[in-house]
Amino acid sequence: MMNLLTKLVGWIDERFPLVSMWKEHVSEYYAPKNFNFWYFFGSLAMLLLVIQIVSGIFLTMNYKPDALFAFTSVEYIMRDVQWGWLLRYIHSTGASMFFVVIYLHMFRGIMYGSYRKPRELLWIIGMIIYLALMGEAFMGYLLPWGQMSFWGAQVIVNLFSSVPFIGQDLAILIRGDFVVSDITLNRFFALHVVAIPLILVLIVIAHLVALHEVGSNNPDGIEIKKHKDANGKPLDGIPFHPYYTVKDGVGVMGFLIVFCAIVFFAPDMGGYFLEYNNFVPANPMKTPEHIAPVWYFTPYYAILRAVPPLFGSQFPGVVAMGIATVAFFFLPWLDRGKVKSIRYRGPLYKAFLASFVVSFVGLGWLGLMPSTPTYTIFSQILAVVYFAFFLLMPWYTKIDKCKPEPDRVTFK
Amino acid sequence: MKIIKKLCAVALLLAMPAVAMASGAAVHLDTAPVNLQDTASLQRGAKLFTSRCLACHSAVSMRYNRLGDIGMTDEQIKVDLQLPEDVKVGSTMMATMDANSAKLAFGVTPPDLSVISRSRSADWLYSYMRGFHVDSTRPSGWNNTVFPGVAMPNVMADLQGEQELESHEGHGAGKLVLKTPGSLTPVAYDAAVADLTNYLVFMGEPAKMVRYQLGWIVLGFLSLMFVLVYALKKEIWKDIH
Repeated sequence: MMNLLTKLVGWIDERFPLVSMWKEHVSEYYAPKNFNFWYFFGSLAMLLLVIQIVSGIFLTMNYKPDALFAFTSVEYIMRDVQWGWLLRYIHSTGASMFFVVIYLHMFRGIMYGSYRKPRELLWIIGMIIYLALMGEAFMGYLLPWGQMSFWGAQVIVNLFSSVPFIGQDLAILIRGDFVVSDITLNRFFALHVVAIPLILVLIVIAHLVALHEVGSNNPDGIEIKKHKDANGKPLDGIPFHPYYTVKDGVGVMGFLIVFCAIVFFAPDMGGYFLEYNNFVPANPMKTPEHIAPVWYFTPYYAILRAVPPLFGSQFPGVVAMGIATVAFFFLPWLDRGKVKSIRYRGPLYKAFLASFVVSFVGLGWLGLMPSTPTYTIFSQILAVVYFAFFLLMPWYTKIDKCKPEPDRVTFK
Repeated sequence: MKIIKKLCAVALLLAMPAVAMASGAAVHLDTAPVNLQDTASLQRGAKLFTSRCLACHSAVSMRYNRLGDIGMTDEQIKVDLQLPEDVKVGSTMMATMDANSAKLAFGVTPPDLSVISRSRSADWLYSYMRGFHVDSTRPSGWNNTVFPGVAMPNVMADLQGEQELESHEGHGAGKLVLKTPGSLTPVAYDAAVADLTNYLVFMGEPAKMVRYQLGWIVLGFLSLMFVLVYALKKEIWKDIH
């Protein structure tokens, strides 16, 4: 039996670089041995991509992208399709958890300076994944065709119409109609199930290729490739398999416990994962009193509302929101710190990072709330804090009093 | 890290009063005594629903034979719910009155009730169905404290009787007072509405109880897997120093 298997692998290997690929990316990919809790989220994001694609395929088999039938076809999945409710809740929970995991993954990168040289491109590819994911989530949210699906899409697409000169045409180009309609639903469906997933898979592969080219960063923010043994293997590196396959396995099990607890016991998460108003079919004639995007977009939504309109145009807010999203791209060049990891950074950086976290969470919460004058002032203050983290970074990272980095990674 | 944790805690504390302010709802809602394991209550609710609500409202996503989940046989569904000859037990629940006539009669199309418990909440439904009072200024002659200006009349007035809204001088919403008693006592009426609410919650997601039961099995399996994988990790990592 083993002999037959060896022969088969040999046969394949003469025609396809199977063994060398396995070695390069798995069994002989050396990762730093000091990964901590924060390093689970990369593999968890991959897991979620697979969960979303698989559950999505089965949902597509039963969903109808038609303004007349979309809402009831979702309820048909919930009731008449065998295990349909499970598929739907896995997919809806997966969408929110994808953002939880991605935000923690990005925060890890920021904390340990994973975007710094030589990983700038790795970071940028990751940011493109994040933007693609936002597009994927936004278009997917229209598909259940509830009130929040409809009006959320209406509000976001209308933002594009605030672009000077070309705005109106741009919005029509996106919708394919003068309002969000059956046509919009159809094209969002196509983009959600075919176009963006294809792009996502491709850029995730690019992200991994880039990672394996430069090697992983670690909580100490130092390069393990500086110290190699006689065979050229990093002294502080361990093969990805079996060490990190089994360690990530622990992370996967822990994550699945949380994930399934949500899927089975609180799939609507008190209205944050599935908004209550989205159980009302889309009605273009009836605007809901309070339109809130899903929680993962709310920090940017709060920034949008914080910026006062100029000559009656929302455009400045839209620009601020856009800058807030793409600001992450520039981190590799904004950071002038002598060290990468927060472990050896000075108090100034820690204070700015902490206030950034507070502003992001605070804006996220404010974005869920109806707009009031007090909340707008809070949003404005937090938006300033948010942008200060990026704009002042070249200054505070440079003058900060860093601690000396260790020569080798710290482990236990 | 410590600074981050401290600042997060401070931010949460600061946000507390704001949360409390924001959740101060305009209408007071009573807590609905929902119990999805009480099949007798669910069956009573189903009867009330099909006899009272289905005249104007539909539940297009709900099939009659799904009531098997709350212990009703096909025969009981046909007989107890008095299904018309042309309606099969596998059919979805359609309104007796067609949507156009209903719109002409009430000014709005009565909404489909398949997932009303998920958009409105059980407490809202429970309070709403007990919140009707006579109001001569309304076209239907009825108004509602939970849904002011609602087009729907009190279709259970024969059970509940007629309530009137006694307005307080100056401040606050008024108090509902039963002027003409119905065939049920107030306590019995509240129980009937509780049954109906219970049923609406069931209908909003018929698979809910299955979901809970399965959830414990899945979490049990995953916890076991977690222990096993963790032990494997410890074993494989023991030579890494």
